[in-house]
Amino acid sequence: MSNKVIHVLYNDDDILMDAVRQTRAAHHHIEEIYTPFPVHGLDKAMGLAPTRIAITSFLYGLVGLSVATAMMNYIMIQDWPQDIGGKPSFSYIQNMPAFVPVMFEMTVFFAAHLMVITFYMRSKLWPFKEAENPDVRTTDDHFLMEVAVHGDEDQMVAFFEKTGAVEVKVIDKH
Amino acid sequence: MYTFSSKLKTFAFVLMALGLVGIVFGFLTAPKTIEDVEKILADSHHGGHHTEAVAHESHDEHAATAAHHEEAKTETVVADSLKTENDTVAAAAPVAADHHDNHKVEAAHGHDHADAHAEHQEHLEHVLHQLQNKPWAALYVACIFFMLISVGVLAFYAIQWAAQAGWSPVLFRVMEGITSYLLPGSIIFFILLVASGMHLNHLFVWMDPEVVKHDELIQGKQGFLNVPFFLIRAAIFLAGWNLYRYFSRKNSLAQDNANDDAFYKKNFKLAAGFLVFFIVTESIASWDWIMSVDPHWYSTLFGWYVFASFFVSGITTIAFVTLYLKSKGYLEHVNTSHIHDLAKFMFGISIFWTYLWFSQFMLMWYSNIPEEVTYFITRIENYKLPFFGMLALNFVFPVLILVNTEFKRLSWVVVMAGLLILTGHYIDFFNMIMPATVGDQWFIGVSEIGSLMFFFGLFIFVVFTALTKAPLLAKRNPLIEESKHFHY
Repeated sequence: MSNKVIHVLYNDDDILMDAVRQTRAAHHHIEEIYTPFPVHGLDKAMGLAPTRIAITSFLYGLVGLSVATAMMNYIMIQDWPQDIGGKPSFSYIQNMPAFVPVMFEMTVFFAAHLMVITFYMRSKLWPFKEAENPDVRTTDDHFLMEVAVHGDEDQMVAFFEKTGAVEVKVIDKH
Repeated sequence: MYTFSSKLKTFAFVLMALGLVGIVFGFLTAPKTIEDVEKILADSHHGGHHTEAVAHESHDEHAATAAHHEEAKTETVVADSLKTENDTVAAAAPVAADHHDNHKVEAAHGHDHADAHAEHQEHLEHVLHQLQNKPWAALYVACIFFMLISVGVLAFYAIQWAAQAGWSPVLFRVMEGITSYLLPGSIIFFILLVASGMHLNHLFVWMDPEVVKHDELIQGKQGFLNVPFFLIRAAIFLAGWNLYRYFSRKNSLAQDNANDDAFYKKNFKLAAGFLVFFIVTESIASWDWIMSVDPHWYSTLFGWYVFASFFVSGITTIAFVTLYLKSKGYLEHVNTSHIHDLAKFMFGISIFWTYLWFSQFMLMWYSNIPEEVTYFITRIENYKLPFFGMLALNFVFPVLILVNTEFKRLSWVVVMAGLLILTGHYIDFFNMIMPATVGDQWFIGVSEIGSLMFFFGLFIFVVFTALTKAPLLAKRNPLIEESKHFHY
C-alpha cells in the first residue's frame, strides 16, 4: 500500500480554518496541520479531543502536597521534635501554619514541573530531537495541511486547489 | 424591560417582615439588668443544659481563684494554677484596662471573699454588656455585610469600566441594579453608627468615656478614634461611594441615547478616579467599622482582607442575579462564557481572600506577640467552628468545585459554590465583629437570622426594583457588541 499524502499550503489562517471545515465535510482524513503560531479554534475545527493535561497537573499537585506533608511530618514531628523557638512540635496540625508555605510551594512545584515534563513526553519533545518539519516555510508564514490519499488522487488535488491553497503537492511518505 | 415578579416581591416582603419580628424579639429578650443575667447564668448552671461557653468561662475563673487559695499545697496544684494564671493573664493583659476583659485579670489576682464578690458582680456586668450587645451586633453584621456586597459590586463595576473590559458590558445593568442597594444600605448603616455614637449600644468600646478614662491605649488613639471624627469620616466615605454610583449610573443611561461616546469617556474617567478614592477610603473604613471594635488590636493588611471578603461576595451576587434573570429569559446575550468568567473571578478572589486570611493569621501566630495574638486566641477558643469552618466554605469547597472548567459553565454548580461563598463570608464578618462585642455569648439564633433575613429581603426588593427602571442591555456602549459575542 502506498503511503501517499497531500501537502496543502495556505498563507492565511482564516483560509486554513475554512479549508479544514471543507476537508472534514468531504470526509478526508487530516493527518497533521503545521502552523507558525497557534490558530484559535483549529483544534475544535479539526475535531481533536480536548487535552487532559490539566487533570494530570491537578494530580501532580496532590502528589506534591503529600510529599511536603509526609516530609515535614517525619522530619519535624516524628524524627526529632525539637523545641525551636517555642513552636509546638507535638503534632503536625499544631505546627501546621509554619509548614503551609512549604506545602504550597511543593504543590505548585510538582504540579508545574511534572505537567511540563508530561507535555514534553506526550509531544515527543527533547533536546537533539530531529525536527519533523515538512516545509521550512511553515515556521514563518505558511500553513500546511497534510491529508492522507485514498481513492482518486487527481480528484483530491482538484478539491484542495479549490480551498484557497497556494500550493498543493503529492508526497510519497516512506 | 424587566418586570419585578410578584412572587419575588412577596418573598422579599415576607423576609423583611419575619426579619423585623426576629430583630424586635432579639431586642426585647436581651437582659436589662444584672439580676436578669444572674438568673440566666443560674438557670444555665443548674438546668443541666448550660451552654458550654458560660460554663467554660466561670470554670476558668474558679480554677484561677481556687488555685490562689490553695497555693503551695501540692506541686501539681501550683503548676496548674500557674498555668491557668498565665493563660488568663496572657489572654487578658493586652486588653487589661478594657472593661470587657477587666475582670479576668482581677479574677486571677483575687485573694479574699470580698474581692470574690466584687469579681462576681463585675463578671455579671461583663456578661450583661455582652448579652445587651447581641441583638445590636447581629443587626450590625447583617447590615454591613449587605451594604459591603453592593460596595464590592460597585468596585467590580468601576474596574470593568476602567479596564475597558470587553466581556462584561452586557452585565453592566445587572451590576447597576445591585449597587442601587448602596444608598438605602448605607443610610441604615450610618444610622447604626450614629446610634453607637449616641451610646445606645456598646459595639465600640472606645466610644464609652468610662472605658477610655482607664485605658491609656485608647487614650493614645483618641485623635483618630473619637465619635465626631468617626462619623464625619463615615459620612465622607459613604457619600463618595454613593456619588460615584449615582453619576456612573446616570452617565451609563445617558450613553444609551447619545450620539457620541462622551458619556462613555466620562464614565471611564469617573471609574478611574473612584478606584483611587475607593482604595484609600475602603482601607480606612475597615479600620473604623470593623477593626475598631477591637481597639487594642491592629493589623496592617486588614483593609485588603476585608476588601477581598466583600469583593468576592459581590462578584458571587452578580453571578446569582445574572443566573436568575437569565433563567427567566431576560438576558438574551449572556452566555455560558460570561458565567464562566464570573465563576473564574469567584474562584480567584476566593483564593486571594484565603491568601490574605492566612498571611494575617500566620504572621501573628508565628511571632506570637501577646498584644497581637489575643485576637486569634479569643477566636480559636470561643469561635472554633465558625473560625475554621469558614476556611472550608471560603477556600476548600470553592477551590475543589470551581477548579474545573466544565463546572464553571454549569449554573447549578456556580449557584452551589456561590451559596457556600456567601455563607462563608457572612461568617467571616460574624467572626470579625462578634468576638469583640458579645465574646463567648455568641450564638446564631433569632437575632442573627432575623437581621440577615431583614436585610436580605430589603436587598432583593431594592435591587429588583432598580432592575425594572432601565433596559437590561446597555445600548450604545462602545464595547457592547464585543460583549454580546463574547466567547471563551
